[in-house]
Amino acid sequence: MKIIILGAGQVGRTAAYQLSREQANDVTIVDTRDEVLRDLQDRLDVRTVVGSAAHPSILEAAGGADADMIVALTNSDEVNMIACQVAHSLFGTPTKIARIRSPDYSLRHRLFEEGGLHVDVMISPEQLVTDHVSRLIRYPGALQVLDFADGRVRLVGMRAVSGGQLVGHQLRELRDHIPRRDTRVAALYRQGRSVQPEGDTVIQEGDEVFFVAARDDIRAMMKELRTEEEPVKRVVIAGAGNIGYRLARTLEDYNQVKLIERDPARARRVAETLNRTLVLTGDAADEELLLEENIDDADVFVSLTNAEEANILSAMLAKRLGAHRVMALINKPSYAELMEGGPIDVAISPQTITIGALLARVRRGDVARVHSLRRGAAEAIEAIAHGDSRSSPVVGKPIERIVLPPGTTIGAIVRGDDVIMAHHDTVIEADDHVILFLTDRRHVESVGKLFQPGGRFG
Amino acid sequence: MNLPMVLRILGLMLMIFSLSMLPPIGVSFAFGDGHHQPFVYAFLVVVSAGLALWLPVRRVHRDLRLRDGFLVVALFWVCLGLAGATPLLISDVPELSFTDAVFEAVSGFTTTGATVIVGLDDLPKSILYYRQQIQWLGGMGIIVLAVALLPVLGIGGMSLYKAETPGPVKDEKLTPRIAHTAKALWLVYLTLTAACALAYYVAGMEAFDAIGHAFATLSTGGFSSYDASMAHFQSATIEMVAVFFMAAGGTSFALHFVMFRQRSARIYWRDPEFRAYVGTLAGLTLGVSAYLYLAGSYGSPLEALRYGSFQVVSLQTSTGFVTADFSSWVGALPPLLMLATFIGGCAGSTGGGIKVIRWLLVIKQGLAELRRLVHPSAEIPVKLAAKPVPVRVMNAVGGFFAMYLLLFGAMMLLLMVVGLDQVTAWSAIATTINNTGPGLGAVAVHFHDIPDAAKWVCALAMLIGRLELFTLIILFTPDFWRK
Repeated sequence: MKIIILGAGQVGRTAAYQLSREQANDVTIVDTRDEVLRDLQDRLDVRTVVGSAAHPSILEAAGGADADMIVALTNSDEVNMIACQVAHSLFGTPTKIARIRSPDYSLRHRLFEEGGLHVDVMISPEQLVTDHVSRLIRYPGALQVLDFADGRVRLVGMRAVSGGQLVGHQLRELRDHIPRRDTRVAALYRQGRSVQPEGDTVIQEGDEVFFVAARDDIRAMMKELRTEEEPVKRVVIAGAGNIGYRLARTLEDYNQVKLIERDPARARRVAETLNRTLVLTGDAADEELLLEENIDDADVFVSLTNAEEANILSAMLAKRLGAHRVMALINKPSYAELMEGGPIDVAISPQTITIGALLARVRRGDVARVHSLRRGAAEAIEAIAHGDSRSSPVVGKPIERIVLPPGTTIGAIVRGDDVIMAHHDTVIEADDHVILFLTDRRHVESVGKLFQPGGRFG
Repeated sequence: MNLPMVLRILGLMLMIFSLSMLPPIGVSFAFGDGHHQPFVYAFLVVVSAGLALWLPVRRVHRDLRLRDGFLVVALFWVCLGLAGATPLLISDVPELSFTDAVFEAVSGFTTTGATVIVGLDDLPKSILYYRQQIQWLGGMGIIVLAVALLPVLGIGGMSLYKAETPGPVKDEKLTPRIAHTAKALWLVYLTLTAACALAYYVAGMEAFDAIGHAFATLSTGGFSSYDASMAHFQSATIEMVAVFFMAAGGTSFALHFVMFRQRSARIYWRDPEFRAYVGTLAGLTLGVSAYLYLAGSYGSPLEALRYGSFQVVSLQTSTGFVTADFSSWVGALPPLLMLATFIGGCAGSTGGGIKVIRWLLVIKQGLAELRRLVHPSAEIPVKLAAKPVPVRVMNAVGGFFAMYLLLFGAMMLLLMVVGLDQVTAWSAIATTINNTGPGLGAVAVHFHDIPDAAKWVCALAMLIGRLELFTLIILFTPDFWRK
């Protein structure tokens, strides 16, 4: 697929990286900053074009005439929308994705209807990150909570802690522990390495476990892996930027939220629009301020400022001062790797969260949703099975007879309104949504082929 | 340093290269020259050398770093010199020493075209064909070919590509994927070579000569299967075909590619480097021809133009075909033509020399400095095609010139130390570092008679010139090896 990415910011660069390492994609990336592009060109097999993203001549130079997809990720909503419109009018580009931050645009659906602006998919990284963090807060103890099939099935990643009922036991005992609930462990990471989960695998303390469950069964399963945690009440958020503000607004009705912002003007502005949140002006790394606001009582401390180093430091400080669980927004994958599981409980990586929306669009086969995991090393995919038992390698077959690439497990199946956990004898039917976990994302293309009628993994 | 990966790629590329021993075997049978054995042995030697490098590390999968790219390219070019020399060394006609065989192979791959063989006309066809073929492979570069063919290189392909085809402003790829870009370049190269061979054939060459000389023309190599080079044919038509395709070989292949894709010749004229390139070719041709005519060397203006244009284009593009003994032309002409080799072709072409774009930038920089003297507080950016050239590029070009001069001087002195006279020494280094071929004095026709030590220095100069200094020199800096 020929893809043009506009804007080489954090998200743009991650998208270029993720998309270009799939052989099937030809990526061209456009930005106004020459030196950023030169650096990118040294590291990725992509073409770069310097110039203004929405200008027809630049889009033309980037190969707009035969591009299959354009992804506008510049800082400006307006440039992104116009670029999509230009691509549509001049080149008839089939898929146009734009990052649109401002809800003022994205909520006006008529703007993007027939006759309006030609944007096929809108993504708002801020909204995605906000949703992600609020899900993590709703499930204390989770490292990742990912939605499939409109949230009816979720994939939860968490670290096993002694005290969990299943820790130290074989996986097959799970059924005796929670008899009426059905969940499935899709992947297991021990000391950073993937372990194929089998019935006799013993869960150890510190294992990172990914399980698939229907929404209502998640809490029961979480209890198996760590001692039951009280629901979160007190949340402290550092940074009232786009994400911090949205998160406060999402949480303030059910939680006690404190929001710390350094810039007095901004603090004032958000205080005016938020109803129950307590907005504090000050530095999130100020020990006095944190103590004064009872950080030792906080259930969750989240730092969401633009400066990732500051986020790391203030989260570490909050942890030392007694905050129960701390999360930090970290862009650099290397930092996230260093911190997560150590001084910081959860590293929130905006690019990994955002990239899934793009990946789903470039995959072969009918793929409804892609979540990138473990900083791009693994992936969870919701694919739709089509065809019949003759044309498709998956339809009409029990799961044990489907030849999957190594490290791939089928976690669950959504059939109409039913959620079916995958067992070895479950038979896949046409139009099922199949949720797969890939511990090694290099096999995504083989998985894509499985869900293309007439294809076969070989 | 990622040594296993470097060895793995080196082994793979040697195995690919070993395949190039097969066509000469075919030629040998086709012409019945009974000379296939050296190539069979050479094939076995090279393929097993490649296997020996590759087998122990075949399971290594790591990304190549930028640094590894330089090492792979430099090592591979040294290996090429040795591997390419094998059949010449094994064969008993011509009887070549180790030094001579390596010199001949390096001269071939770097598209220099200087030869140590006297008596080409009597050699077996397979050997003659082989010499032409290594020029052709060296022209676009075997590494570029490997990048096109070996998907395993992945992103590492980019660093290899950059190391083998350097150039001051090569940041824009033709296609998003480096493998596709490399493929496109080879395809354009192949097409132009085929066109050239056809034109030679129509102009009166035999098929064997047409193909062999097309190989040496597009690659701006300059090997010929005759001692007399292009003068053998005594045909103005063939010479003009050669002039046209030598000039095409000295043009950026990226331009050719865009022209093929957009089917519009205006592409060329829009490129400032191409305009300067054609300008210097035309200017020098007129100057040299007029000089020749006025000095009375040739009877008619047309005849002066025929020999003048051929020699100018052949030398400036660094091809090195000859139709006249230019080293004994009147007055300032021999050194002038030798100096023209320093201009070279366009960046991204098969031509050698310093490259037109660098001269263009350095001259513009010089003019800007002059204006700055008059207007001390003026902002005077150097521009190319109405776009400012980044300071980083200007610095790199300045560094390139300084290094070129330094290496040129040092190697010239070395040649004089081993006993060459001044004219021979300077022209020998000029013609080898610029990948041209013929020189002046004792190396005007061939390099047979100079001492072995001088041949090794010249071979090094050819490699340095082909890889545009930095790729090779960087290996001799402590920074490169520091952990």
